[in-house]
Amino acid sequence: MELKVINYQDTRSGFGAGLLEVGKKNEKVVALCADLIGSLKMDAFVKEFPERFFQMGISEAHMIGMAAGLTIGGYIPYTGTFANFSTGRVYDQIRQAVAYSEKNVKICASHAGLTLGEDGATHQILEDIGLMKMLPGMTVIVPCDYNQTKAATIAIADHEGPVYLRFGRPKVPNFTTEDRPFIIGKADVLCEGTDVSIFAAGHMVWKAYEAVNQLREEGISAELINIHTIKPLDVEAVMLSASKTKCVVTAEEHQMNGGLGDSIAQVLSRNLPLPVEMVAVKDVFGQSGTPEELMAVYGLDTSDIVAAAKRAVARK
Amino acid sequence: MTDINDLKNIASQVRRDIVRMVHGCQSGHPGGSLGCTDLLVALYFNQMRIKPEQFSMDGTGEDVFFLSNGHISPLLYSVLARRGFFPVAELATFRKLHSRLQGHPATMEGLPGIRIASGSLGQGLSVAIGAAWAKKLNKDNHLVYVLMGDGEQQEGQIWEAALHAGARGLDNLIGIIDYNGQQIDGPVDQVMSLGDLKAKYEAFGWSVIVFDGNNMEETIETLEIARQYTGKGAPIMLLMKTEMGMGVDFMMGTHKWHGSAPNDEQKDAALAQLDETLGDY
Repeated sequence: MELKVINYQDTRSGFGAGLLEVGKKNEKVVALCADLIGSLKMDAFVKEFPERFFQMGISEAHMIGMAAGLTIGGYIPYTGTFANFSTGRVYDQIRQAVAYSEKNVKICASHAGLTLGEDGATHQILEDIGLMKMLPGMTVIVPCDYNQTKAATIAIADHEGPVYLRFGRPKVPNFTTEDRPFIIGKADVLCEGTDVSIFAAGHMVWKAYEAVNQLREEGISAELINIHTIKPLDVEAVMLSASKTKCVVTAEEHQMNGGLGDSIAQVLSRNLPLPVEMVAVKDVFGQSGTPEELMAVYGLDTSDIVAAAKRAVARK
Repeated sequence: MTDINDLKNIASQVRRDIVRMVHGCQSGHPGGSLGCTDLLVALYFNQMRIKPEQFSMDGTGEDVFFLSNGHISPLLYSVLARRGFFPVAELATFRKLHSRLQGHPATMEGLPGIRIASGSLGQGLSVAIGAAWAKKLNKDNHLVYVLMGDGEQQEGQIWEAALHAGARGLDNLIGIIDYNGQQIDGPVDQVMSLGDLKAKYEAFGWSVIVFDGNNMEETIETLEIARQYTGKGAPIMLLMKTEMGMGVDFMMGTHKWHGSAPNDEQKDAALAQLDETLGDY
C-alpha cells in the first residue's frame, strides 16, 4: 500500500482533538492534568467542559489515585502529563490503585521517548512501555500519527479497564486516513511483503515505511505491520506474517529491554523460532539534542531499520 | 442507627473476630485493628447510609468508606461481615489460599464492601478525593470517609492530596487519622515526628476535630458533628486518639502487636477479655 503524508502534526495534538471529541460523545469522560494543559493540548477540552476538568497542579501521584477514585461513581478519567511522570514516577499508584484494583483509568502520556529532544534524559522516558505492559490487565497503546492517536483516544473510552496511551511531542508525518478503523489489539498491515516482516510502533512506523521503500529498491520485499497495541499483542498477526517471511525486524522508540521487540521475540521463541533483529535503544539513557539528531545517534533511523532488515534476511 | 450499648457489644465481637482471624492464619495486624474497632463499628452500624445486601462498586446513593491503612484488614472484614456484606463464616478464610479476604484489601476477588486495593500506604486519601468529586459531579449528597494511619502521614502523596482537598474546598469528605502514636519501628515521635498534625491540616485548609476514638459515645458524637460540618466549603479531618491493641491488655501500650499474631495461649488470654456477644464465626 502506498502511504501519503496528509500533513505534519504532533501526536499529542491528536490526543487533544480526540479528548474533545470523546468528551462530547461521552459525558462520563473527565480529564485531569498535572500542570501541562498546553503541552498535552488539552485546552479545548478544558474550555468546553470546565466542570469535567481537574487541574491537579504538580502532583502526579495524587492525580493517579484521584483518577482511580473517580471511576468509583462511574466516571472515565483521562490523566494527562509527560510519559515519564505518567509511569515511572507513579508506578506504585498505578499498580495498586489502578491495575490491581481494575479501575477504568486512561493514563495518557505525552513527550515519550527520545523525540522529546532538548530537555534531555530526565524527561526522555524509554522504559515506560515495559513498565506498563508488565502490569496484569493493562492495555498499552502506542499510536503512529495524529489521526491514529485521535482515533485511539476516542476508542479507549469504550474499552472497560486501565489503558496506557503513549504519544509524543514533535510534528511527524500524519498518514493514517481518517476512515481507517482503529481496533484495540488488532495490528494494522500497512505493506505486504515476502522477505522480512517489520513490526513497528509509534513514530517508528513512518520510518519503517521509508525503510520498506528503500528495501524494495534493493530487491527486498518487506511487510510492514503497525503494532499500535503492544498489549494485548495481536499474536495472530505476528504469527501470520512471520510464518510467511521467516524473519523479523522490530522498531520502537524505547529501550530494547521490555519493549515491543521483547514482546514479539517472546511470541516467536515459543511458537516459531526465527531470526529477530531489534531497532531500539540499547540500554543507555538519552541526552539533549534535536529529535532528529537523537534518533540518528541512538540508532533509530530509517537506515537502521534497513540495515536490521538485511541482517535478518541474511540470518534466514 | 444502632444504640450505644448494642454498638459496644458489636465492637466486643469484632475484637474477638480480629484476634481469632489473626491467630487462625498466624499473621496479620491486630494492634491497629483493635484500636480502630470502635470507629468502624460506629461508622458501619450507626453513621453511614449504606446498602450492605446490594453492594455496588459505584457507591452512588450511599456513603462510602475507604481504608487507606489496609493492614488493619481484619477489622474491616469483620465489620463488613457482621454488617451483612458477606457471610460471617468467611472470616475463617482470612489470608488463606483462594480466599476473598486477602492479607490487604483487594477488589479482584469480588469481596463485597471493598472498592479499592490498599496496603501500599499513602494512597487512600487521593482515592477518596476522587470518589468525593464523583459524588459532586453526580449530584449525590452522600459522604466519603477515609481512614488513614498516623505513621502513614509520612508519605508524600498524603500531602499532595491534603493540599488539593483544602485548596478546592472539597466539603463532602471526612478523613480520619488513627492517631495511636505507634508505627512498626517504634513511637511515631521517634521514627519521624509529625509535629503539630492539627495545625498542619488546618494550614492546608481543613476543619480539624480531635477526639477519643476508643470512647463509643464520643466517637458517635464526633461523627455527628463532622457530618454537620460537611457542605461548608472545607474538608474535614478527624484526629482520632486511640490505643493500639485496645481491648486486650497485653497488646496495649506498645507497637509490638502492630504486625504479630498471638500464639494459642495468648489468643485464649485475649479472648477471655472480650465478650462473645454475637457468636463466634
